Amino acid sequence: MSRLAVRKTYKLFIGGAFPRSESGRSYAVTSPDGDFLANAARASRKDARDAVVAARKAFPGWSGATAYNRGQILYRVAEMLEGRRAQLAGELGLGRAEALASVDAAVDRLVWYAGWSDKIAAVHGTANPVAGPYFNLSSPEPTGVVALVAPADPLLGLVSVVAPVIVTGNTCVVVASEPSPLAAITFAEVLATSDLPGGVVNVLTGRQAELAPWLAAHMDVNALDLTGVTDADLALRCEQEAAGNLKRVLRPVPEPADWTADPGLTRMTRFLETKTVWHPLGV
Amino acid sequence: MTTSLADVAASGATLRAFLHGLPGVDRVGADQRAAMLGTRSIKTTAKARAIDLAISMVDLTTLEGADTRGKVRAMCVKAVRPGGGAPRVAAVCVYPDLVPVAVEAVAGSGVKVASVATAFPSGRSSLDVKVADTAFAVAAGADEIDMVIDRGAFLSGDYLKVYEEIVAVKAACGEAHLKVILETGELVTYDNVRRASWLAMLAGADFIKTSTGKVSPAATLPVTLIMLEAVRDFRDRTGRQVGVKPAGGIRTTKDAIKNLVLVQETAGADWLTPDWFRLGASSLLNDLLMQREKLATGRYAGPDYFTLD
Repeated sequence: MSRLAVRKTYKLFIGGAFPRSESGRSYAVTSPDGDFLANAARASRKDARDAVVAARKAFPGWSGATAYNRGQILYRVAEMLEGRRAQLAGELGLGRAEALASVDAAVDRLVWYAGWSDKIAAVHGTANPVAGPYFNLSSPEPTGVVALVAPADPLLGLVSVVAPVIVTGNTCVVVASEPSPLAAITFAEVLATSDLPGGVVNVLTGRQAELAPWLAAHMDVNALDLTGVTDADLALRCEQEAAGNLKRVLRPVPEPADWTADPGLTRMTRFLETKTVWHPLGV
Repeated sequence: MTTSLADVAASGATLRAFLHGLPGVDRVGADQRAAMLGTRSIKTTAKARAIDLAISMVDLTTLEGADTRGKVRAMCVKAVRPGGGAPRVAAVCVYPDLVPVAVEAVAGSGVKVASVATAFPSGRSSLDVKVADTAFAVAAGADEIDMVIDRGAFLSGDYLKVYEEIVAVKAACGEAHLKVILETGELVTYDNVRRASWLAMLAGADFIKTSTGKVSPAATLPVTLIMLEAVRDFRDRTGRQVGVKPAGGIRTTKDAIKNLVLVQETAGADWLTPDWFRLGASSLLNDLLMQREKLATGRYAGPDYFTLD
């Protein structure tokens, strides 16, 4: 006798919880061949608003945590992701070997960024020589709440944009890849079980064109990463909206992007503010 | 049916008989009705009007031990001009010693100055001290006095003591309006909320107010519903209209609009003005202003662009 199939319900990830979309909508996700895979929640602007509130709420705690602690948690995410290797490989819509290689690359990417947590300040900060009796120190601080539009690569692309943003102490709202959001929600389950405080990463699935402008215009979002936006008009509109409160903007990366390449530091440093302190020398 | 309530407070026994003769509150029914009214959807232009009405009903409050003259002055500036073309709020609410600062800061604007008195928030002092506290605030220029009832006496059934205290404080108020705080979070049952509402109204309250804001739960929707029913029934019975002020725990625009729906559906449109309904709050105003900004600009507002309270 065959078992009844237990299908997974893909929901959103907001504030550490997995709610359905406030709008009650969903959309069908298909494989590259057009086969039905699952229904994913189709987030509305109100879900985006709730996600920003959750991210803002999580910001003081996460940015106030020690860099060492953030690194440990990111490493823990990598550990938990490793444990879900087989499941995630099945959700990527790739051949088995290729999918496993992609998950491995995502795990490695997390480990790589985890290592940067307590080093970025040393590399990106400086002790400035000044003409006066002062210590003059510049140190990087997180920008705040970052809205991200994840690229098409369902897992490696997502990890490659989320990890650099949160490792430095930002919190984020990420719009998952529109055609292949399933891995993003499974990744959210990994995050939820990795000691990452609720609200540090919030994952929305749905229409990029519907969600991105609201996040770009939101006055409580401090930076915008348009990496995954493929429509030039939408990107332009988002950049214009983002000017409303002078958000830092990372512009779209043209597809196909090679996410396996060495990421460099840009994705971390773009979402940092430099704080410079003048401290009188003791006599 | 305007029957005389003149003799109700003739003695402790008659007062007790009257209050215990009030119909009991159906707890489940009250909770469900409040929850049902809370699901009303108020959108677009109606929402814009509701937000402006709610702003005009706010009693902008700061009741902290750490209050300074500067903080009160800053709050008063915001009360008079909340920003973005929003209407002024109804009143500011401060401790008695800060009343002169508030009076000076809101002078000529139409914003009222309310002061808590009578050993706020616990009310644990002698009647003389409570009356003196009230007289001090009134002499300093307060337009409205927010007094607390003696919950200990109320819960032990000494209704006459509570009644006489309210009467004495009312006398000390002179021209000032008297709001009586029932502190419903300490009254335990909805029946007690109804009794305390009637008791306060019989004793001459101009307003009945849910809470001090120092006890949780504060202004829940069912409690406000019961108090609105009480003022409605009291007016039917005596012809005198009494206002209602939920205070404490109302932080979002959604909460405020739910309260407005409750007023409309329970007491009626007569109460939908700042003269008869107030919202005691501090952080609520910023949320109302942010929602107002969202409706005006079409983009979600952020707290960075509004003053801290």
